[in-house]
Amino acid sequence: MTNPSEAGDLRLSHVTKRFGPFTAVDDLSLTVPQGSFFALLGASGCGKTTTLRMVAGLEEPTTGEVRLGDRDITRLRPYQRPVNTVFQSYALFPHLDVFENVAFGLRRRKIREVRSQVERMLALVQLDGFTKRRPAELSGGQQQRVALARALINHPQVLLLDEPLGALDLKLRRQMQIELKRIQTEVGITFVHVTHDQEEAMTMADTVAVMSAGKIEQLGRPAEIYEYPATAFVANFLGQSNLLAGEAAGQSGGDVLVSAYDQRFAVPAPRARADRGEVFLGVRPEKLGLVAGEADVPAGHQSVRGVITDSSYVGVSTQYLVRTGWGTELAVFAPNSGAAAPLAVGSEVTAHWSPEHAFVLHREPGEGDRTTPVLDTPDAVGVVS
Amino acid sequence: MHRIRRWVADHWVLAIGLMVLLYLFLPIAVVAGLSFNRPSSRLSYDFNEFTTENWTNLCGPADLCAAVGRSAWIGLLATVAATMLGTLMAFALARHRFRGRAATNLLIFLPMATPELVMGTSLLALFTSAGLQLGFVTILIAHIMFCVSFVVVTVKARLAGMDARLEEAAMDLYATPAQTFRRVTLPLVLPGIVAAALLAFSLSFDDFIITNFNSGNTVTFPMYVWGANQRGIPPQVNVVGTAMFAVALLLVLATNVRGRRRGARVA
Repeated sequence: MTNPSEAGDLRLSHVTKRFGPFTAVDDLSLTVPQGSFFALLGASGCGKTTTLRMVAGLEEPTTGEVRLGDRDITRLRPYQRPVNTVFQSYALFPHLDVFENVAFGLRRRKIREVRSQVERMLALVQLDGFTKRRPAELSGGQQQRVALARALINHPQVLLLDEPLGALDLKLRRQMQIELKRIQTEVGITFVHVTHDQEEAMTMADTVAVMSAGKIEQLGRPAEIYEYPATAFVANFLGQSNLLAGEAAGQSGGDVLVSAYDQRFAVPAPRARADRGEVFLGVRPEKLGLVAGEADVPAGHQSVRGVITDSSYVGVSTQYLVRTGWGTELAVFAPNSGAAAPLAVGSEVTAHWSPEHAFVLHREPGEGDRTTPVLDTPDAVGVVS
Repeated sequence: MHRIRRWVADHWVLAIGLMVLLYLFLPIAVVAGLSFNRPSSRLSYDFNEFTTENWTNLCGPADLCAAVGRSAWIGLLATVAATMLGTLMAFALARHRFRGRAATNLLIFLPMATPELVMGTSLLALFTSAGLQLGFVTILIAHIMFCVSFVVVTVKARLAGMDARLEEAAMDLYATPAQTFRRVTLPLVLPGIVAAALLAFSLSFDDFIITNFNSGNTVTFPMYVWGANQRGIPPQVNVVGTAMFAVALLLVLATNVRGRRRGARVA
């Protein structure tokens, strides 16, 4: 594997892209270290695909700069960049067979010994023996692997993947996620992966950038972002969070004090994005425990009382909705580990959590509780997103 | 009784379909049959006696072969010119946004919608006022003109069905714009261009009305048939018709077989 070094980092600085009056990407800056698996995560229309297309050279930034190492590639044409793309729904050449599809880039660059390279690449994606087939004669998963081989064979400095698994069914998608990760580790090329699927981004990428409205909301390792989201959008786009509207009243003894609905909660200061004014107190559903009464709450935990209004059994866990005294329904995911008996709808419970699992986010004045996840709709084909 | 009604119910769509096919192909069958006929008199179209003489002595009637050759030449030249112009126009209309694009799209339809009679007379007026000698050249200009529209429409339809991302993918894979056109765009649009060219040729080859106004003393094949009709059509005309049909049929069959071979490999 290549050692990460600054020489091959992909750098976008203050990149803006406008389509007429619409700003698709808004003053975006980010650095993708060489050899890393980087995911751009966001709902459709957030500007992630436009960002990718600017790196590929298929779109030119209105302002800003794209650099690869110390080379400015902002205005280079797509065929002049050491960057290749795996397109959404693959864009395989229907009039060429698998061999010629994969060999396309080599032939354009007048590289000899095409045969051995193509065969090695097809072996890497486990498609040996398919050389004479046309794309229309392959399954979705096979087409996906041809698209990958066609891009990878050129040894680009950066490989761009635009929703590469979007057209596959769930089972194949999981399989290809593992496959992609394996190939990335094997070839050591920088992968920039655009997706709306948060699970896909988390399982594959070293670094995830969550985008919304043309800006990056948060950038970091998947666990970092999940455990300590930066904004309410991220908290409910990456997984689900219970966000309670409250007021922070400054720090005391290393804790930020939050009052919400006549109750006081303390959150460790390193887990607070704000310590004064309007805030959200956030807890992930799986971090909540349910007990019958206040007496059973473990020492040091904080709690809220409520009534179970809904319970759905999903195999690994049971997902409850707990209606609090002020009417908000909290989501609680209880693992089906056999340790606790399932709770009936209508029972009075106390939901509790450890202060280390809570987090405090900035809140716009007047915003109420938020407990439902942001809908992640797949991008419509052909729509610039 | 019930069984008969059931049989009729099951087969009436098929029966109507067969009748429509019969309606379409009967005239062609008659032409093919008459091409092997030795007519009893000049003005007789009854089947008299089987002979292959019409096929072997194709150029027997005076001027027939010259007229066919002239029409073929005009058709060929008009096809090449119209296909080139029309393909370029189709690319411009399908791929670029420019002022007047919507108007061009509309105007392209006009030659197809204009009655041939109107087009023929207006072209005649144009040519005479421009002082052009009517003949081969004026026929050619007229044919190119009305063929272009059909080419544009056909090629544009093919282009519209092509995924623009294929060209992006080619550029992403180090193909310059010229290479992208040569290696990806052209091979994918070619079937549309070929279809347009065949259409243009057949339109030009059998055009009578417009040609009649603008031909001067030049006699094309349709005009020869028209002229011969006054004194009895020689049976060789049927041979030309049958041969044309056979060529078209062979072309269709060839593409069909190619498509089926490709399809068979999928299985």
